[in-house]
Amino acid sequence: MEVHYLTAHELKDRLKKREISCTEIVKSIYSRIEEVEDKLNSYIRLEKERALSRAGEVDKLVGDGGEISDFTGIPVAIKDNICTKNITTTCASRILENYISIYNATVVDRLESRNYILVGKANMDEFAMGSSTENSYFGPAKNPWDTGRVPGGSSGGPAASVAAGEAICSLGSDTGGSIRQPASLCGVVGFKPTYGRVSRYGLVAFASSLDQIGPLTRDVEDCAAMLNVICGHDENDSTSIDAEVPDYKSFLAEDMKGMKIGLLKELMAEGIDREVREAVQRTVKLAEDMGGRVEEVSIPSVEYALSVYYIIAPSEASSNLSRFDGVRYGYRNTQARTLREMYRKSRAEGFGDEVKRRIMIGTYCLSAGYYDAYYEKAQRVRTLIINDFKKAFGKFDVLISPTSPTTAFKIGEKIEDPLTMYLSYICTIPVNLAGLPAISIPAGLSAGKLPIGVQIIGNILREDNVLKAAYSLEKAIGFAGRPQL
Amino acid sequence: MERISKDDVKHVAQLAELEFDEKDVEKITTQLDRILDHVANVSSVNTEGVPPTSHILDIKNVFREDIVEESVTQEAALKNAPDEENRGFKVPKID
Repeated sequence: MEVHYLTAHELKDRLKKREISCTEIVKSIYSRIEEVEDKLNSYIRLEKERALSRAGEVDKLVGDGGEISDFTGIPVAIKDNICTKNITTTCASRILENYISIYNATVVDRLESRNYILVGKANMDEFAMGSSTENSYFGPAKNPWDTGRVPGGSSGGPAASVAAGEAICSLGSDTGGSIRQPASLCGVVGFKPTYGRVSRYGLVAFASSLDQIGPLTRDVEDCAAMLNVICGHDENDSTSIDAEVPDYKSFLAEDMKGMKIGLLKELMAEGIDREVREAVQRTVKLAEDMGGRVEEVSIPSVEYALSVYYIIAPSEASSNLSRFDGVRYGYRNTQARTLREMYRKSRAEGFGDEVKRRIMIGTYCLSAGYYDAYYEKAQRVRTLIINDFKKAFGKFDVLISPTSPTTAFKIGEKIEDPLTMYLSYICTIPVNLAGLPAISIPAGLSAGKLPIGVQIIGNILREDNVLKAAYSLEKAIGFAGRPQL
Repeated sequence: MERISKDDVKHVAQLAELEFDEKDVEKITTQLDRILDHVANVSSVNTEGVPPTSHILDIKNVFREDIVEESVTQEAALKNAPDEENRGFKVPKID
């Protein structure tokens, strides 16, 4: 198989046997990028020179007998809302078009300590708000399986680049489904860890009580390897969990015997495409064949999750995005004659439509007279959703559902109708509200040859169960499709 | 039912330090109205005695020893400044 389509663990084996060099790996990725990037727009910025020079250094280290880690010389795409020192971090926004990070996100430092190679900064919906990557100031990213369709979002670039062989794996962020939904639409693996499991230091904040960084990879093994690197406490993020980090690769066993699996009833109902439901049913059957015990489970409060999310996330966003005022960094309107006028014009011209819409919703929900009816009420319903999941995990090891209600939709199909666009997150949002870990793995192709993803959800800090189920099902499903580009 | 009027939108835009022209006010009013109408279904949920969740973890203030550590330099802090003077951020007249 072409080098650009290998997994990180396959490349590690080849590096160890001296069958390939880091420079060769990096060159192979960039020649693939030259071939397909015009059709995909997965990246906002490429770092070819830096990557090649870094690869040369890493080759020297390896040649001198240096240790080969799981990510030594592995080309990784980083979503452009994660800070990379001395390199732009735009959040796909005009307001940060020329912003150069002055420090590394903790996850980037950790990957650097493993001698990874940064390919470039991946395309996304502006400030991670969207589910199609159409809200990028730098133009939409496309789905490698059908370039007339969206790759999902907001981590559309990270998902498309991995699916198309423009990176071996990538880092995204997930606030309401932004890793799992694009992973599902592009036919790759995407994991959102337990809230607080990964440091958010250096991730540009969208909704602080929901945001979490996670990997997008070609298989579950690479996903576990990446979790080993990025998980763990960080003194620079007071919300990061101070708990021991297990070796996630140790959970990769084909063993579902006796595992209790709940099939989420509310997410297998009307509104979810028939083909998607059938793929989940087939997956559930495979779990049963391996000795898993599957039962239907009802989480009634899931019905309100979308509403709760679209009150809480914009509220937190409206507060977080108040820092973009044209004073210390970012775009500034230079015609304004007073400070207030400068704030307003800079923000009005710097933010795109969806970002402004969310700031407006959030500001409204937090404003005097509406706070109790919207924001506080949503926070109370959030408690009910958490309690319902707690109850379910008293009985089940993992829960299973579709990741996205549909396969990839057409570019332009939903962009004029924000509410319909919001519905594409219906299966993933409840997980963020409850802070749970969840993965999306490819479960097959639709009749129209588009990938379908299945979501596996675990209890707080039970990434082990999620990985075990995902690894077993991945082997049983045997998804080996590649987009024809 | 109309949940938000054009005047509300203009007021909220002021609070959010944003501005919209008349045509956009019209459009965003319609969109916000639909979204707010959808999310308002939370009001039908019985939440009597249910505490609000602001955060899923039991968060406490985190303190460290009060010792001087390396921090962002003035040079780095000003690196992305749209305008600067005398090693400070320069802004238009404060009204």
